[in-house]
Amino acid sequence: MTHNKSWGRRVFLVGNYCFLGFVSLLCLMPIIHILSMSLSSGAAASAGKVILWPVEFTTAAYENVFGKPEYLRAFAVSIQRVVLGTAFSMLLTIITAYPLSKDTQHFRFRTGYAWIFVFTILFNGGLIPMYLTVKSLGLIDSIWALVLPGAVQVFNIILLLNFYRNLPKELEESSRIDGAGHFKTLWKIYAPLSLPALATTGLFTIVGHWNSWFDGMLYMNHPDNYPLQTFLQTVIINMDFRFIKAENAELMLKLSDRTSRAAQIFVAAFPILIIYPFMQRFFIKGIVMGSVKE
Amino acid sequence: MMLIPGLAMLIIFSYIPMAGIMMAFQKYIPNRGLFGSPFIGWSNFKLLLEYPDIGRIFFNTIFIAFMKIVAGLVVPITMAILLNEIAREWVKRTFQTLVYLPHFLSWVLLSGILIDVLSPSSGIVNQVLGLFGAKPIFFLGDNAWFPYVMVISDVWKEFGFGTIVYLAALTGINPSLYEAAEIDGAGRFKQTLFVTLPGMMPIIVLMMTLNIGNVLNAGFDQIFNLYSPQVYESADIIDTFVYRMGIQQAQFGFATAVGLLKSVVSFIFMSMSYILAYRVANYRIF
Repeated sequence: MTHNKSWGRRVFLVGNYCFLGFVSLLCLMPIIHILSMSLSSGAAASAGKVILWPVEFTTAAYENVFGKPEYLRAFAVSIQRVVLGTAFSMLLTIITAYPLSKDTQHFRFRTGYAWIFVFTILFNGGLIPMYLTVKSLGLIDSIWALVLPGAVQVFNIILLLNFYRNLPKELEESSRIDGAGHFKTLWKIYAPLSLPALATTGLFTIVGHWNSWFDGMLYMNHPDNYPLQTFLQTVIINMDFRFIKAENAELMLKLSDRTSRAAQIFVAAFPILIIYPFMQRFFIKGIVMGSVKE
Repeated sequence: MMLIPGLAMLIIFSYIPMAGIMMAFQKYIPNRGLFGSPFIGWSNFKLLLEYPDIGRIFFNTIFIAFMKIVAGLVVPITMAILLNEIAREWVKRTFQTLVYLPHFLSWVLLSGILIDVLSPSSGIVNQVLGLFGAKPIFFLGDNAWFPYVMVISDVWKEFGFGTIVYLAALTGINPSLYEAAEIDGAGRFKQTLFVTLPGMMPIIVLMMTLNIGNVLNAGFDQIFNLYSPQVYESADIIDTFVYRMGIQQAQFGFATAVGLLKSVVSFIFMSMSYILAYRVANYRIF
């Protein structure tokens, strides 16, 4: 294909590069825009001068954000839930996938149990019964309301059990012959070997916890317990400058706030910006594992 | 056994709420709880059918979800094909990484960004449109625009993910097929039409069938963060309606009835899509 490129082909290739370049810019631009906004002076931001480069550079917005105790508290809640939630969820995934990965000869009711899990993907009680369950367990305003309800990730379990199944059977047999029980086999043989699958699901769990906001709003009555995304939801989205029409005196007041809002968004996005390039590497393997079965 | 902890959590947080479905047939009174509240049969459902906006809410849900599904198939497939034309590996990888970025940000953050960017008075989109002499458009406050903004922003957020999936499928196509086509005199375009697309067909069909199950999920996170009373007419979907009725107005019985209806229909669609995916694409859940 590299030799004797026709004229039309060359035009296509150049056009293609430009188009794809434009598309990637489109995906990146909002982040750059927000970053530039957060580093500009309030006056420049509200005058709409900031596009992709900071105008009248200042870090005042960040000083403002990191000086806000509510923001820092919400950040801490988010970190707490990511750590607790991921640890808990991964532990459950690992130990639940193990028995389900056995075939029916070794574990007679496997299929029945597997269906109990799969059924929850297909059907659920809905928002209100879920809320009342969490409430009746007394979890409202507790970090556990953010960690426990979603702890069993059925998709992750399925992904991992498929991975377990593809490991050579001889490994398990030899470890059993050497006298290891199920637990030992799981932790010494299966878990280390399934590291790529665990990394994929683990990273997704981390991102999921970091990004979720709705449960925070639902289960936390006190704003002090809001995780970061919920906090931002109430501060940024519900502030509703959508309703403010131009030429409004109030507008100027709120718009000078634009830089601070931008900074808050950027700080919340920052951890994700750091880890997502790593995730991509694992991710492709993850999809292939999840979708292709022998 | 090792299943016990996982199973216990599942029962508490998935199966017990299912029992709460009873509320759909009750006049639920919080003080008296699930077992003390009087049963009222199908009244909640009758109320639902008589609710003036219910037709529109269902229409919005299906309309937005359907457009998202179609656009969510077409755009990533096109992107994957275009990207596959590029020979340089690092260009491909950089592109993938960049377009995959919005997928990892929450709708709260993206909504914050979108609200800013689309603002009628000072957002960049309207500033750029202004250069062409267009009047500012109130994208998020205009019923004519809102559903399309939802679809476009959803595609923008998620197409990177799809592109990667389809690209993985593309690299699996046997290169000798292209050589054969070239010998037969097929140009690049014809090769795409007769080799690339058929080669991608299995994964396209799989994605399509799996998407059928999602037709009642028009995207709560996104719409909830971007809508406002002004655009309820074109933006209200089942999930946002259930939230407003149930949590904000505390009409537990009624909201559960709406939710139950959605769950049942979703269940039917989901089961259908998994059966279809199994039959057509030989995809199994476990």
